[in-house]
Amino acid sequence: MALWVDKYRPRELSKLDYHKNQAEQLKNLSQQGDFPHLMFYGPSGAGKKTRIMCLLRELYGTGVERLRNETMTFTTPSNRKIEIMTVSSNYHLEVNPSDAGIYDRVVVIDLIKQVAQTHQIDPSGQHDFKVIILSEVDELTKDAQHALRRTMEKYVATCRIILSVNSTSRVIPAIRSRCLGIRVSAPKVDEIVTILNNVCRRESLTVPEELARRIAEKSERNLRRAILMLEACKVQQYPFTAKQEIADLDWQMYLKETANQIILEQSPSRLEKVRERLYELLSQGIPPDIIFKGLVQDLVKNCDMSLKAKTLEFACLYEHRMQNGSKHIFHLEAFVAQFMNIYKKFMSETIMMDEF
Amino acid sequence: MQAFLKSDRPSLSAGTSLSSEDHTGQTAHRRKPPAPWVEKYRPRSINEIVEQKEVVSVLQKCIDGADLPNMLLYGPPGTGKTSIVLAAARQIFGDLYKERILELNASDERGIDVVRSKIKSFAQLTASSIRPDGKPCPPFKIIILDEADSMTHAAQAALRRTMEKESRSTRFCLVCNYVSRIIEPITSRCTKFRFKPLNEDKIIDRLQFICQRECVEMETNAYGRIVEISGGDLRRAITLLQSCQMLKKGGGKIMEDDLLEISGVVPQRYLVEFLSVCRSGNYSKLDEFVQDLSFEAYSIGQVLEQFNEFVLTHPDLSSDQKSVICDKLGECMFRLQEGGSEYLQIMDLGCTTILAFKK
Ligand SMILES: Nc1ncnc2c1ncn2[C@@H]1O[C@H](COP(=O)(O)OP(=O)(O)OP(=O)(O)O)[C@@H](O)[C@H]1O
Ligand SMILES: [Mg+2]
Repeated sequence: MALWVDKYRPRELSKLDYHKNQAEQLKNLSQQGDFPHLMFYGPSGAGKKTRIMCLLRELYGTGVERLRNETMTFTTPSNRKIEIMTVSSNYHLEVNPSDAGIYDRVVVIDLIKQVAQTHQIDPSGQHDFKVIILSEVDELTKDAQHALRRTMEKYVATCRIILSVNSTSRVIPAIRSRCLGIRVSAPKVDEIVTILNNVCRRESLTVPEELARRIAEKSERNLRRAILMLEACKVQQYPFTAKQEIADLDWQMYLKETANQIILEQSPSRLEKVRERLYELLSQGIPPDIIFKGLVQDLVKNCDMSLKAKTLEFACLYEHRMQNGSKHIFHLEAFVAQFMNIYKKFMSETIMMDEF
Repeated sequence: MQAFLKSDRPSLSAGTSLSSEDHTGQTAHRRKPPAPWVEKYRPRSINEIVEQKEVVSVLQKCIDGADLPNMLLYGPPGTGKTSIVLAAARQIFGDLYKERILELNASDERGIDVVRSKIKSFAQLTASSIRPDGKPCPPFKIIILDEADSMTHAAQAALRRTMEKESRSTRFCLVCNYVSRIIEPITSRCTKFRFKPLNEDKIIDRLQFICQRECVEMETNAYGRIVEISGGDLRRAITLLQSCQMLKKGGGKIMEDDLLEISGVVPQRYLVEFLSVCRSGNYSKLDEFVQDLSFEAYSIGQVLEQFNEFVLTHPDLSSDQKSVICDKLGECMFRLQEGGSEYLQIMDLGCTTILAFKK
């Protein structure tokens, strides 16, 4: 049984629930039968992928929905074999090149070359290019991004590339210069509420207005997360009640508790414990920059303004080092140690002030 | 269109045989372009290159029969570097292009091994000064290394020997965005040409030319707007132009407003709000504002860039405040480009700004 997120994913541009104006524009784009390389950017759960698939369907018809999963094999110059999962139809191919880690360059380049060279113009002669969707392009190594530059230009006659990214700041200017950017902002809370109501109606359920709103607010304007939460609520308890509990994501609670432990005690032994917890989060696949952000948001709560500023300064410093280094844990831990240090000083100073 | 039909790229000319309907109906004989305008209007001869006078004149002399120095072309994206090299190479060698040109870009393997084997053996081939058909041509080959800034220093060092040894029969032409990534021994062996962001009127000229060819109408203000957004990147300008035309229903004149959304430019009100939130000194308001900004999907890099301008020209800020804020801005922008977290950078900047107001 499909999850609601997949079951109720709009498949046509005209059925999109929000950003209707943009959907209209995308429709115009597809009607020309031709477009430049595109870069869809926006926070996760905002609907980038849904829009991309709707656009493709508009362009190629329902054929794009007949998907195959395939494993493709690539060989690096040093003769190492890399396997990557791809999803494709007769018209397009989707891949997340950052799955290949530091070998992403080989994947991107070989893939585009292969598709461009083996492309078949479909019998009706309407489409003379295929589409390659590259997801999480902001996670690509600089090396891979550089390699994309000329490749994108060279094969443009036979293949168009659609990039999906969260943060455009990590995409090099030369690539941004080669694409038309399409901004997909997160849906508003009201829009999410409407969509949750629609889902319930189609499932023949009734949902109290208050619960829908609470879910929408808790989802951080991430539609995917909101629908998942709704479904989880349904599993937990139906009929729904307005005040029923909405489960937090496990890792978020875990992260909050980690921050809490740092605030409670600043000592080498505590640092050791925190380190284990950070390890745990990393091994669960939580991206380290998300961990940084979550920690900072909780840690600064008890600080005065100048300590807040200091905390951010250190967070920036260590996060930046982390992005350019290899062992994430080192830099996370260094930040925590540094924070414990300044926080302890701050606390003892405020206590002294109180005593006077 | 003419230039396009004459294109010698097989894949492109194959595309022209496809028929298609025309959506505007004004020019029924026109065929659907199989390639986007940036490629369609890529200069085919060096005379079509906008600006970049020095390089054009050096290459023109070479086409007229003079010798060519080793060259290093560098500058920001979309200023014509790749275009001019490819166009010149074709003009110089005509049909001999394949034998005399080795083009390697960042997507090709260019490690030390390749430099030592492939590049070296190509460089060692002899080149005569007469074509098979009896016409004269320059007695050398050209090795084009596009996007050379992505070559490792070791590979560049290996290249240096080849450049020296084969100087009789081979010219090198390196192209890159960041000249600082090319090692000194190489830069000192090349004549350097800097490609500046293109001039406003030059971009407008080119856009007008394209509009005319494509029968597109555009408001005068919109030209200015495209130029402003593109920041001297002609590729970006052309892409914007075509996108506007495509996103607009049923054709019609392109207006300035059509550009705002697709440009990715952050509306002024966000900058105003950012500053006023900081002035209020309320951290949680700042946090909320930043979250909102990222929900709206604006690029924080873009925000910082515009904020820089905004702060510098702001009438209410003292020069002390300006210098503190801009100093932090530079730091944050640098870390952002190196992959630092968007949230942390802009919060760091926000905190600094709050403190600057408190002083
Ligand atoms: N000086 C110019 N004259 C005419 N057209 C230009 C010029 N600069 C850029 N263009 C247009 O922009 C497109 C891209 O230019 P080109 O590939 O030469 O950029 P580049 O300098 O190599 O950029 P990058 O550093 O990103 O590789 C060309 O196809 C052409 O349409
Ligand atoms: Mg180039």
